[in-house]
Amino acid sequence: MHPSLIRGRHWLGVALLLALTAAAQAAEIGQVKVARGHVVVERQGKTQPATVGARLQAADIVRTGTDGAVGITMDDDSLLSAGPNSELVLDRYAFDATTNQGRFDTTLNKGTLSVISGRIAKQAPGAMTVRTPNAILGARGTEFVVSAHE
Amino acid sequence: MSDRSHRVRRIGVLALLCAVLGACASTTVVLLPENDGRPTAVTVKQGDQEVVLDHPYAAAKAAPGGPRAYVSSAQDVATQFGAALAAQPARAATFTLYFIEGHDEFTDESRREVDRVLTEIAKRPVPDVLVVGHTDAVGTDAFNDALGQQRAEAVRAALIRLGVPADDIHAISRGKRAPAVPTADGVAEPLNRRVVIIVR
Repeated sequence: MHPSLIRGRHWLGVALLLALTAAAQAAEIGQVKVARGHVVVERQGKTQPATVGARLQAADIVRTGTDGAVGITMDDDSLLSAGPNSELVLDRYAFDATTNQGRFDTTLNKGTLSVISGRIAKQAPGAMTVRTPNAILGARGTEFVVSAHE
Repeated sequence: MSDRSHRVRRIGVLALLCAVLGACASTTVVLLPENDGRPTAVTVKQGDQEVVLDHPYAAAKAAPGGPRAYVSSAQDVATQFGAALAAQPARAATFTLYFIEGHDEFTDESRREVDRVLTEIAKRPVPDVLVVGHTDAVGTDAFNDALGQQRAEAVRAALIRLGVPADDIHAISRGKRAPAVPTADGVAEPLNRRVVIIVR
């Protein structure tokens, strides 16, 4: 077989795997490792307390109260932690642990967030973004903090 | 109309504009020093304007009028982001195991490393463990993906036997994509035949 054909197939496989991974692992993309004070997760309109050990899914909205803080470890080793009065949306997450290819988009609607990017951003700079109401941040293998005020 | 009610009305109009347009939203971003000194950067895009932050404490504020770069400090960061930083989960700890060639057994050093893995797992309130199989560059991607998975599954099974809850351990393969010692394709390299355990 011609090498470029093999390569073409390989990439098709990767794309398919990414799509399947995204579908199959909708259940588990990260875990709450630290929870202080009032922290909740909204999923499909239902709000529940976010306790240490809780598993997170794409599209989850994490909120902290005036005394709240939360720390999350994602499957790709990204670490996200939010301070009080924060609202963080895990908009989109796809990660293939074999190739490290993926996409991770979050939105900080308000509050404070610290980010240590993981394997998705390391593999492809620009594959991890944090949106705020008026800016878009692109992580390039990075530790940073961001605050958003409405 | 009194000055006061004028002012109240003006504030009300401003608040409405803020709410409708997001025009008064403000974002502050500070790049932090990297733990291991690797180069690092974050881009801040507001509309069609972009600022690149690429040294420690480089900062930007995105507010009406466009992004403005400035230099922050450890102290500013602690004041503004202390609570978020204090909630950061423990970083992943990484351990590497090697096998006696041709056997399913760890080397003596790797046996001691397994003890360190168990200690690390015990330290964490809600541990999850990722077992990653790696291979050297002999063979195709498909072959090595399968081989790496087999190695990872063997280590996962060993950790379960040692008392780590099965639900907390996942086994994956990176095949030959991430060699510890870079080689040309097709080269046999014992140091690349390994399993990396990530405790989070």
